[in-house]
Amino acid sequence: MKCVRFWGTRGSLPVALTAAAVRKKVIAAVRGAAGRSFASDEELDAYVDRLGMAGSGTYGGHSPCVEIETGTGEYVLCDLGTGVRPFGQKAMARHGAGSPQTYHVFMSHVHWDHIMGFPLFTPAYIRGNRIRIYGGHAVLEEALRRQQAAPSFPVDFSALPATIEFIRLDPDKPHDIAGLTVTLTLQRHAGDSYGYRFSSAGKTVIYSTDSEHALGDAEETHRFVEFFRDSDLVIFDAMYSLADAISVKADWGHSSNIVAVELCQMAGARHLCLFHHEPVHSDEAIDRVLAETRRFEEISRGGYAPLRVSAAYDGMEITL
Amino acid sequence: MEFSSRSLADVVVAAPVGPIDHANAQALERALVPVLNGPEPGMKALVLDFSGVEFISSMGLRVVMVAAKQMRGRSMRIAVTALTPVVKEVFDIARFNHVTEVFPSVRAALEQISPAALAAFEAASR
Repeated sequence: MKCVRFWGTRGSLPVALTAAAVRKKVIAAVRGAAGRSFASDEELDAYVDRLGMAGSGTYGGHSPCVEIETGTGEYVLCDLGTGVRPFGQKAMARHGAGSPQTYHVFMSHVHWDHIMGFPLFTPAYIRGNRIRIYGGHAVLEEALRRQQAAPSFPVDFSALPATIEFIRLDPDKPHDIAGLTVTLTLQRHAGDSYGYRFSSAGKTVIYSTDSEHALGDAEETHRFVEFFRDSDLVIFDAMYSLADAISVKADWGHSSNIVAVELCQMAGARHLCLFHHEPVHSDEAIDRVLAETRRFEEISRGGYAPLRVSAAYDGMEITL
Repeated sequence: MEFSSRSLADVVVAAPVGPIDHANAQALERALVPVLNGPEPGMKALVLDFSGVEFISSMGLRVVMVAAKQMRGRSMRIAVTALTPVVKEVFDIARFNHVTEVFPSVRAALEQISPAALAAFEAASR
């Protein structure tokens, strides 16, 4: 595995920056410049970089889709949220229609935000492309066919020219797929979800989204600590605060930044990436959650090795 | 983890000492069982004195949440007092400052919750 690329990082439903939010960023940037001039593009870039994500960028609004670049020539994706649309456009721009590709897609589950990008996934409209969709659910195919059935979408699933296959995987045992060793495990979420452990050439990536963790269940905690054990990167559903996750939003199937840090520390993971951002959160709010998570990692570290913490954004790349 | 509790008129003040983490959160939960499951007649509030708590993990916060739910279910108040700087940070990060009332000291909590308990507290402090 070479790198992980995020195409969609928002949970529940896609969102977009509003005109008011963009205007606020521009005003803050102009005011922050305080009338100074910039002698070169490099100086200007340096100033913009200092503004941070909330000041000069955005975490983005596509729903979940993550690419794992394997270096094998075949594509590996996690989930088919709206982020799969820009991924598909990039793949088409790179290969064109005359060069068939293979896409391996691992599904956490089939809730709408995780499948809604597929009807607009351009490679599915190209004969010769092969799309292999894996998961632990028996309803993978039914869910994807149903969302494209009339009257919800103008192109029925059966009309897609690409070869599309569905492969159900047994959890808690290794599978060799696309040059990776892939293990999935059951997670706590309405209708179930599955987390994935991808390993290759001494690198391990965990994709664990839409997963609630029962704090009082020591056996379950132990299972996830072992699933995350010694991983290089853990992509983790940190949608809620801990207080919300165990009170008003208990049983909603999501987790918190606090539990993310603790599980990664116990597992000896090296990099935690906060994922499945709450759609009502502004860029400033996600910045704040990231800063607080880093602080919690410091004050809870004790004898654990330092854990790198980042927050996923659409377009982010993490080199392994 | 050490734990003590005392009744001050219509308020129980419970004081855990030490970190409340994955290793000993259950000990705190067990220690609170008599208070939560069999509140004394006339009891109207539980005050958790955290002046001796140096760290709290998600497991410890879960115990606070369980206690808050049980107390509110009986129409009783719950307050946490005297948070050490690190524990206050964890409360803020976990948004637990919205789960219970938070006061700077036991005395400050009793001032707001019960004049009778405050009087008993003052008498015991002399």
